[in-house]
Amino acid sequence: MTTNSPLSPTEREDLRVIAGIIIPASAEFDVPGADDPAIQAEILRTLGRDAGLVHEALDELARRAGGPLAVLDPARREAAAMKLRARGGAAVATLARVVLQCYYRDDRVVRSLGLEPRPPYPQGHVLEDGDWSLLDPVRARPPMWRLP
Amino acid sequence: MKDPVDVLIIGAGASGAAVAWSLAETKMHILCLEQGGWMNPATYPSTGRDWEARFYCDFSPSPNIRARPEDYPINEEGSPIKVVNFNGVGGGTVMYAAHFPRLHPSDFRVKSLDGVADDWPIDYWTLVPFFEENDRMMGVSGLAGDPAIPPRNPPMPPLPLGRSGTILAKAMNRLGWHWWPSDTTVATVDYEGRARCINLGHCTPGCAQGAKASTDITYWPAALRAGVELKTHCRVRAITTDEHGMAAGALYHDEEGKEQFQAAHAIVIACNGVGTPRLLLNSASGRFPNGLANSSGLVGRNLMFHPYAQIYGYVDEPTDSNRAPPTCLWSKEFYETDRSRGFVRGYTYQFGRGVGPVFEAVTSEEKGLLPWGAGHHAAFRRRNGHRLAMSAICEDLPEEHNRVTLDPVLKDSHGIPAPRIDYRISENSARMMEHGIASAKEILAAAGASDICVNSPILYGGWHLLGTARMGTDPERSVVNEWGRAHDVKNLFIVDGSLFVTSGGVNPTSTIQALALYVADQMKRRLSNLFD
Repeated sequence: MTTNSPLSPTEREDLRVIAGIIIPASAEFDVPGADDPAIQAEILRTLGRDAGLVHEALDELARRAGGPLAVLDPARREAAAMKLRARGGAAVATLARVVLQCYYRDDRVVRSLGLEPRPPYPQGHVLEDGDWSLLDPVRARPPMWRLP
Repeated sequence: MKDPVDVLIIGAGASGAAVAWSLAETKMHILCLEQGGWMNPATYPSTGRDWEARFYCDFSPSPNIRARPEDYPINEEGSPIKVVNFNGVGGGTVMYAAHFPRLHPSDFRVKSLDGVADDWPIDYWTLVPFFEENDRMMGVSGLAGDPAIPPRNPPMPPLPLGRSGTILAKAMNRLGWHWWPSDTTVATVDYEGRARCINLGHCTPGCAQGAKASTDITYWPAALRAGVELKTHCRVRAITTDEHGMAAGALYHDEEGKEQFQAAHAIVIACNGVGTPRLLLNSASGRFPNGLANSSGLVGRNLMFHPYAQIYGYVDEPTDSNRAPPTCLWSKEFYETDRSRGFVRGYTYQFGRGVGPVFEAVTSEEKGLLPWGAGHHAAFRRRNGHRLAMSAICEDLPEEHNRVTLDPVLKDSHGIPAPRIDYRISENSARMMEHGIASAKEILAAAGASDICVNSPILYGGWHLLGTARMGTDPERSVVNEWGRAHDVKNLFIVDGSLFVTSGGVNPTSTIQALALYVADQMKRRLSNLFD
């Protein structure tokens, strides 16, 4: 875990806990939760300009929980998280986004979706041509545009 | 003080590149100043695993979010639609969807046909040779024979229908509504040194393959070979004038931030519908106290955006999602005026193919469709790869209260006053958007989609910046004449979307570039008496 993180150790722990509430691990789909150490490391590594709003959301979360989320029992953690989500706003949306955007590019998660864990370039994708006879009824229409 | 150039072009985007290339054949000394730099496709988002995440930071379409050193801030608190643009060689063509329709003939005659706004001082047919030249230079893919538009012959075949296009086409046929494969500037075959599309699927924030036409890889290489000079990282502060009221040159900040002056015999502004009025208003002087070329008071007024209503839903069968260019089909079923619909003018549907997993997750979370906790995975898997989307691009009519002014406080990194946007969606546009939403729901129902979502207007949907230095024959009702020369300053020309008298209901880049080529052609024809 990085030592120059924009988040304090308590905030990092709360981030881990709420990420696991947002996306828990699933045996059914064979995927980790968003509290997985590798996913958490990626979130912290790439937090960048989102750090301020994430910090704000975690502050609000701790305020609603009455202290660090990590020390609460699971039911109270979940209640605090759901209250935060219901509050909405830019900070909460940013918190959710940084979790989702790192989770859904993790190799294990991407593979579980039936996708290849790679960037689009340089391999690209194959796009089927389709049936152009579908255009026949449109081709048969008279001109639609107006002549001034 | 640098030696004067014959023509100084400000802005190296869609229109600046086209006018530079066209004027190059005159062998005049032509210099272009661009506030941004050259882009490196090897750094575009689609080259990395964080390709979707970068849309929310350094490759956001919003300059206020992106905040690269090349960007200037915009106060847009007074607008429900936020400005999106790109600053660099290629301008907005670096970061656009490459949807490339033309305005229709009726768009140039809205006053005569529908009794609203004003007619343009030129017509569609005047621009046809320049549309064709631009299609060749940018490299357009499409299919001839569309009954909704005048005949044209795109030089490349259309993008494939794919899964998404097929589902949409069948739905449109069930309804008996018009559809056609979109004209795009995505190369479907190897074209003029550009490699063909390999379906990276993330076209908008720059094409790493070089298949999408942006003017840094189309017009600019040709213009530079022909002798045009381009200086990057040079931000123009103001245009100065001489004792005769002619433009004398431009004050600009060079790459090191030092203020310089470039003298010029003629100046062409190509800074888009926000940057151009900003520059003209920042060029106020004792001789032009309300801003340069602004005796009409219309500089910055009549801003038009094209309000977008986006509608999407989810089908059982898989769509192309992120594995194909987002441009797919268009529909002109509701383009021409039909007063029984409750509004005048009309809109185009631009159909998409779907989105990648991060966009799906983030937008579904925002819509409340994606639960936190145990139900998350099943809900996400039902939606991911199954989205079918469309946007109604609604014609915005000009209204003088919709405008660009200078913000009294906000400044860019060089201390130059930033633009402020005040804009309201009109009643006519609002009714058009509602119609677009209702009809899109019929299309999605015909496609068997569920969980319908609406974004209206698209918040960060101010792609099309139009109308703020309109063309016309009456100096009291327009900023430039019918061939792009400022009424007030006879060696000052404008070639970007500011010229638009009305907006049409289509993406404007094709028409912007055709206009730029037309203005350049008019300049070339009048070289002996250009300033008379």
